[in-house]
Amino acid sequence: MNWFISAVSSSVGKKIMMALTGLFLCSFLVVHLIGNLQLLKLDLGLSFNTYAQFMSHNPVIQTISKGNFAIILAHALIALFLTRQNASARPIGYQVKKGSANSTWSSRNMGLLGTILLVFIAVHLYHFWWQVHYGGTIPMREYTDDHGNLVSFTDLYAAVMFAFSNPYIVAFYVFSMIAMGYHLYHGFASAFQSLGLNHVKYNGLIRAVGFLFYFVIPAAYASIPLIIFFR
Amino acid sequence: MAGNMNITLKVWRQKNANTKGKLVSYNAKDVSPDMSFLEMIDEVNEVLIKKGDEPIAFDHDCREGICGMCSMVIDGRPHGPKEGITTCQLHMRSFKDGDTITIEPWRAKGFPVLKDLVVDRSAFDRIIQAGGYISVNTGVTIDANAIAISKQDSDKAFDAATCIGCGACVAACKNASAMLFLSAKVSQLSLLPQGHPERKSRVENMLQQMEDEGFGNCSNTGACSVECPKEIGQEHIARLNREFIAAKASSDNV
Amino acid sequence: MKLDSKIPEGPIGDKWTKHKFKLKLVNPANRRKYDIIVVGTGLAGSSAAASLGEMGYNVKVFCFQDSPRRAHSIAAQGGINSAKNYRNDGDSVYRLFYDTVKGGDYRAREGNVHRLAEVSVNIIDQCVAQGVPFAREYGGLLDNRSFGGAQVARTFYARGQTGQQLLLGAYSALERQVNEGTVKQYTRHEMLDVVTIDGIAKGVVVRDLVTGEIESHSAHAVLLCTGGYGNVFYLSTNAQGCNVTAAWRAHKKGALFGNPCFTQIHPTCIPVSGDHQSKLTLMSESLRNDGRVWVPAKPGDKRVAADIPEGERDYFLERKYPSFGNLVPRDVASRNAKEMCDEGKGVGASGLAVYLDFADSIKRLGEDAVRAKYGNLFDMYAQITGENPYKTPMRIYPAVHYTMGGLWVDYNLSTTVKGLYALGEANFSDHGANRLGASALMQGLADGYFVIPATLSDYLAEIGPKAVDKNHPAFAEAVKSVKDQTAKLLAINGKKTANEYHKELGKIMWEYCGMARNAEGLKKAQKLIQELRADFWKNVKVSGEAEDLNPNLERAGRVADFLELGELMVVDALNRNESCGGHFREEYQTDENEAQRDDDHYAYVAAWEYKGDNQPEELHKEDLVFENVKLTQRSYK
Repeated sequence: MNWFISAVSSSVGKKIMMALTGLFLCSFLVVHLIGNLQLLKLDLGLSFNTYAQFMSHNPVIQTISKGNFAIILAHALIALFLTRQNASARPIGYQVKKGSANSTWSSRNMGLLGTILLVFIAVHLYHFWWQVHYGGTIPMREYTDDHGNLVSFTDLYAAVMFAFSNPYIVAFYVFSMIAMGYHLYHGFASAFQSLGLNHVKYNGLIRAVGFLFYFVIPAAYASIPLIIFFR
Repeated sequence: MAGNMNITLKVWRQKNANTKGKLVSYNAKDVSPDMSFLEMIDEVNEVLIKKGDEPIAFDHDCREGICGMCSMVIDGRPHGPKEGITTCQLHMRSFKDGDTITIEPWRAKGFPVLKDLVVDRSAFDRIIQAGGYISVNTGVTIDANAIAISKQDSDKAFDAATCIGCGACVAACKNASAMLFLSAKVSQLSLLPQGHPERKSRVENMLQQMEDEGFGNCSNTGACSVECPKEIGQEHIARLNREFIAAKASSDNV
Repeated sequence: MKLDSKIPEGPIGDKWTKHKFKLKLVNPANRRKYDIIVVGTGLAGSSAAASLGEMGYNVKVFCFQDSPRRAHSIAAQGGINSAKNYRNDGDSVYRLFYDTVKGGDYRAREGNVHRLAEVSVNIIDQCVAQGVPFAREYGGLLDNRSFGGAQVARTFYARGQTGQQLLLGAYSALERQVNEGTVKQYTRHEMLDVVTIDGIAKGVVVRDLVTGEIESHSAHAVLLCTGGYGNVFYLSTNAQGCNVTAAWRAHKKGALFGNPCFTQIHPTCIPVSGDHQSKLTLMSESLRNDGRVWVPAKPGDKRVAADIPEGERDYFLERKYPSFGNLVPRDVASRNAKEMCDEGKGVGASGLAVYLDFADSIKRLGEDAVRAKYGNLFDMYAQITGENPYKTPMRIYPAVHYTMGGLWVDYNLSTTVKGLYALGEANFSDHGANRLGASALMQGLADGYFVIPATLSDYLAEIGPKAVDKNHPAFAEAVKSVKDQTAKLLAINGKKTANEYHKELGKIMWEYCGMARNAEGLKKAQKLIQELRADFWKNVKVSGEAEDLNPNLERAGRVADFLELGELMVVDALNRNESCGGHFREEYQTDENEAQRDDDHYAYVAAWEYKGDNQPEELHKEDLVFENVKLTQRSYK
């Protein structure tokens, strides 16, 4: 196991860990977005609440969810460690800095962007996940399903609607999604580079899928509170 | 043939490794646009020497962009504002009359300042010592044409081999990482069949040495390739990553 | 002193093989008991230090740069010759030997040159095994090109950076030995003296350029691989740091200096733009394959190139040398450019340049094809001059490029000081009066990889492994004399900088001992140099301290040595009453203005012995014997 620990803790190993955890979190974004889009259905929250019920009670999903938290934590901790190490690699900085001449803003500010996202995740979890699981403040709501049976769900939908009627929360969500876009503008393609996947034949594909992740997906996320707010 | 530009320089002056330095202002008068950047500093130094002051110490040698000795961060950019050249190839026509130019040394824990703009880059030698070679003794009798190497691979190996070891990659990197330098050598030798017998231990040992020298970690900003006077690309770092993954997964070093 | 070149007897093709067999060997188990010092880390120094380390000797290697990889071999562009005959175009060891002797205008030793041609074949094998990425063809085998007017394609190359790739190969071999502990590397150290005990080299004195500390190191043998002295001209294609100090101090300790006046002027360099100029940049000779050299036909014609109609241009190389045209050898092309400028036909603001025009090639091949071939050179030209060579012709002028002269060595590369060896450009041996293109890299590596490992063992076996007495007073004396000189330079506190003296010396050398020389000018130059040197020691200004990183002090020490060497070059040029290769005495030329050799009186190596400060040096002659090559007059008509 010695070799494995030394591989993972090496300079390249750490960035590979960043890449793998980052890409996993990207895949989570897709799943989460599909759920969120249910919010836009005009069915008084039936679809969304069904989805929320499934996500919070299915044992497989629950396991993945725990793993997800661990991965977010790992991604953040390795990043913290790398940032500290990188800062110590240049004890005396430059008086004149001109990073804009040779690199993108997002590539130089991944730590800042990541911190914004971490704060966002904390707030987001408090708003919804915590309340669903431990808060007990969200009431139940009853629906008639397709077969005419009466079903009852925690009314997360109403909680979301309430939250997104607050302009500050909407602004915070939109701002965070912009940060996520910038984070992924560098992060998505960078993950492939870290894994050694840089080849003329596939770089175009990575860029195209990258556009999906740094623009389309964050825009879709951000549109939900905006639509709800202005609806 | 004096020129007509007047430039203000703010130069990092530091007596030696153990003292603190600071930026000091100098006026460069009658600068000609045909002067190279280093010739402009030569002229400033001549004035300083005549006054009995110590001239600005800076590294330089070939003055044609190949030895890799010159090393100045000019207005925040290693080797100055133009891409694909070294400081010695930069000419004053790239500046305007009245400009203020700030000149600093390479900044990295792995490159301690020795004096003024002179830094110690022996860390790069030690990285090469850790495996940047093919272990053959003098007296090889295998005919040079005994192995055919595809022109594409050979050309790619050459692209990597053009590295002049100047350290601009480290100076440019926000993390002071030496990954581009390291990858240039690993990439060159992994693309050539001669390099294959030692490829696993090479990448493991060289990377370890880079970490031990105190250089930072690569975060793929790409700044190194932009500032590299030989324009060595990011694909070489990707190749290094592949080599490293393969080596760690399969080498006998447990 | 009787000079013994130690050329082995027998047929030319057998000399080296037989000689190697006769040389004594050192038992592998005993090798670690020998200390060897290598000074300089260019092709010769790196390859020698690495090879000796591999054999098991204890090697210390010194360079003044911050890494061995920076030595100026790195800047060689064109390529390296080798008699591989991969092209099946009639090349052979003998042909390479013959071409090199002829190209050197018959002032090189047959024995050395043949050995060089023999080992040229091994060099390529060695370099490829090290991972040097030479240019290849689509089939995967090595590519060759014809270079410098050779009739065969024997030049191996790595784009325009062959010197860099070869040096990095040798450097990597050296770093491998550092890792294995056989070689200890001292960077930012400058050699300032040789330590001799009873006339035998036993060590060196060096200055740590960071701390200023003067140290001595002992060894069983000292190898000087310190390059050429082209910077005596101030402006040359050499690096700023290139200097003669190590070789010159060895000369003062008894090593004879061979043919100091043989310098090579390269025809295609970017002209001087002003007084601030610190160095000249070489443009690859290959440009002459597609560019046409011309000047305005009328002296004093100051119109821009585009305004001068075809009929009023003088394509002087094509006119004078119809069969070789723009591809005449370096010395001929250089001299003709100077002649045109002397006639007032020079172009550009200074009038010291000729045009190298690509208009015809661009018309014939298209701009893209020209860009593909020479793009990097055109970019470099544009960067330096601010002109676009695709639109206006390039301006070029000759510049000092290489020095064929150097420390006199015998067949074993030993100088006249026992235990002191000289390799590569630092010695005088293989190029005669003119070096052919792509031969410098070949010689540096031949000396370091293949010659010295064989010949040095003979000497080491003879002296035995007994440790050198580091407490011998000779070491302390040498350290003291170096310290004294440093103190003296700092104490003068005059008015002129070392750089100003260097510039003045350069102007004298270029004017009187450059592309064309005559007795009157040389005599004048000698006087001027003596005066300049005397003034230097009275009026130089060196700021800073001895115990510190002090580039100003380094420069002053080097200029002091150039001021002495310069005089010897002039004396040597004055002594040689003939023209040959790079040495063109205006009094001695054929009716066609070609170099007129005098084989009856000057087929010898002029080796000069130092006789003390400001004393005339003593000439020793080593007669050159030509058993295989027939001496002829070169003609490029």
